[in-house]
Amino acid sequence: MATYHKSNMLTDTPLSFCPGCTHGIAHKLIAEVLQELGQQGNVIGVAPVGCSVFAYKFFNCDMQEAAHGRAPAVATGIKRVHPDKVVFSYQGDGDLASIGLAEIMHAGLRGENITVVFINNAIYGMTGGQMAPTSLIGQKTTTSPFGRTVERQGNPIRMCEMLASQDGPAYLERVMLTDYANVLKAKRAIKKAFEYQIAGKGFSMVECLSTCPTNWHMTPVQACQHIKDNMTKIYPLGVFKDVGGAK
Amino acid sequence: MAKKLFKGNEALGEAAVLGGCRFFFGYPITPQTELSEYLSWRLYDVGGTFIQSESEVSAINMVYGAAGAGARALTSSSSPGISLKQEGISYIACAELPCVIVNMMRSGPGLGGIMPSQADYSQATKGGGHGDYRMLVYGPSTIQEAVDIMYNAFDKAEQYRIPVMILGDGMLGQLMEPVEFPPLKQMPDPSTKEWATTGTHYGKDRRIVNSLYIVASENEAVNIKLQAKYDLLRKNEVMCEEYMCEDADIIITAYGTVARICKSAVKALREKGIKTGLIRPITLFPFPTEVFHKYANSDKTKKFVTIELSTGQYNEDVLLSVMGKKPVEFYCRMGGSVMTVEEIVNKVKEVY
Ligand SMILES: Cc1ncc(C[n+]2csc(CCOP(=O)(O)OP(=O)(O)O)c2C)c(N)n1
Ligand code: SF4
Repeated sequence: MATYHKSNMLTDTPLSFCPGCTHGIAHKLIAEVLQELGQQGNVIGVAPVGCSVFAYKFFNCDMQEAAHGRAPAVATGIKRVHPDKVVFSYQGDGDLASIGLAEIMHAGLRGENITVVFINNAIYGMTGGQMAPTSLIGQKTTTSPFGRTVERQGNPIRMCEMLASQDGPAYLERVMLTDYANVLKAKRAIKKAFEYQIAGKGFSMVECLSTCPTNWHMTPVQACQHIKDNMTKIYPLGVFKDVGGAK
Repeated sequence: MAKKLFKGNEALGEAAVLGGCRFFFGYPITPQTELSEYLSWRLYDVGGTFIQSESEVSAINMVYGAAGAGARALTSSSSPGISLKQEGISYIACAELPCVIVNMMRSGPGLGGIMPSQADYSQATKGGGHGDYRMLVYGPSTIQEAVDIMYNAFDKAEQYRIPVMILGDGMLGQLMEPVEFPPLKQMPDPSTKEWATTGTHYGKDRRIVNSLYIVASENEAVNIKLQAKYDLLRKNEVMCEEYMCEDADIIITAYGTVARICKSAVKALREKGIKTGLIRPITLFPFPTEVFHKYANSDKTKKFVTIELSTGQYNEDVLLSVMGKKPVEFYCRMGGSVMTVEEIVNKVKEVY
């Protein structure tokens, strides 16, 4: 009989996320993929500033905690010192798409051989639900209390599309962490991203549409439905760049 | 070894390589750009890595990553760029990572100008970014001294696990002087860095580079540990030149390139029969407080005269060290203007 085992790439520290938050699923997928790829003892991760700031407590590998938005620069420094190690960063949308936009773009343009797992929950979770660069038009947040409008707050940012328009990135995919089938797809995407890094193909990023039931003021089920009904309209799923070649 | 004629910025680059630097991350800015230009080819001779980053913010965070991964990493910039690096330097200080940062100061505030200035003194010596931290800060006055300091800077950074800053100005960076370079340093075994994230650890051996301490008591313990380290620096790392101070009635004090102008003034004043000396701190943090104590408590010393290219930032440390025991006179230029020997001579004659 098959039994479920927690991945050996996760520590025993209990995750600190809210109930129904899909940050935890993303953690689990990364850990499982790294284990399946036999990478234990070969990984350095970079934690961001955001709800996943404690990622360094959860991943069972060497970890560095970066300043807000700077994880791709930190990962660059690490990867250049240890090119034979698997280096990944884990970042939220405020971290990656707002304050750290320059860092992610230039890591992509350099084709930096790292993997980025990008959690797009269209909100600033950690600081209590402020507007993110990815917040949807009409979305109410604590700093867009009347709902985001183009006139007042500008347009949501599409990171996969933006990076895909440039040379440098090797693999870019957007997935959602809403249900079993999509979680499996997400896992395949994350696996492929790491495989590309191990094969030395360069920069890979998987954008995960992720829930924040707490700051969206929704139940976990409503939150998953919101991703399917609304977020995917602005952030369509799919592969945006694939230089191919890895198995 | 024969002396070679070298520009300050390039000499610092060469000394970094000889001292074991293998990674450089930086963004161009006058008057330090020659340092990165030099390393953009020189590092490849020794199997190193050079990245021109997208900004100073990125550069310092690349240093954080590389230093945390166990490498000897350098970044250099000038005042506005150093301002951008402050958040990263604060993280590096708290995470106790060794690295070297060069600031070839230019005049400010704002975009200011590219001429020599010492107006980043307080930023460099009191921390600079947020939180209670210090760097080991050197203020060399000649290219040879800058080379010798840079050559050992990574050893000091690793010994104390702190950021080391070499604080110069456009004059030091752009000047050409004959220098003697030490031999290529044997690198210490990187595996002795039992804190570095090299990727091979898991389970309880895991290494974490971090500056987050949510629990106040834990964060206080970190601060106490950092302060103990700074006390060690105060005890062991002070460097200072005392020039003709023994019989001096008047003691001029200055650091960096300004101290060279002051040295000429000391000679000129002595020719006029005014017994003058010079205290020249080489480390700006830790500050050579005890040297000042010695002369402040001596009956011989009548007065101190502080000379600097900022409006009393350096003089604040002088005043704290003299502790009101003797008068301290002050003369400065600002905004990229540099005083002449004659101006210093006149100032001393005026207060004598
Ligand atoms: C320089 C800096 N600015 C602001 C903050 C405050 N801050 C912490 S987390 C965060 C937003 C994080 O949002 P996101 O990246 O979307 O991650 P989430 O919490 O939603 O997972 C902000 C603004 C900070 N820590 N540092
Ligand atoms: S605040 Fe939102 S993103 Fe953060 S842990 Fe809670 S649900 Fe997840």
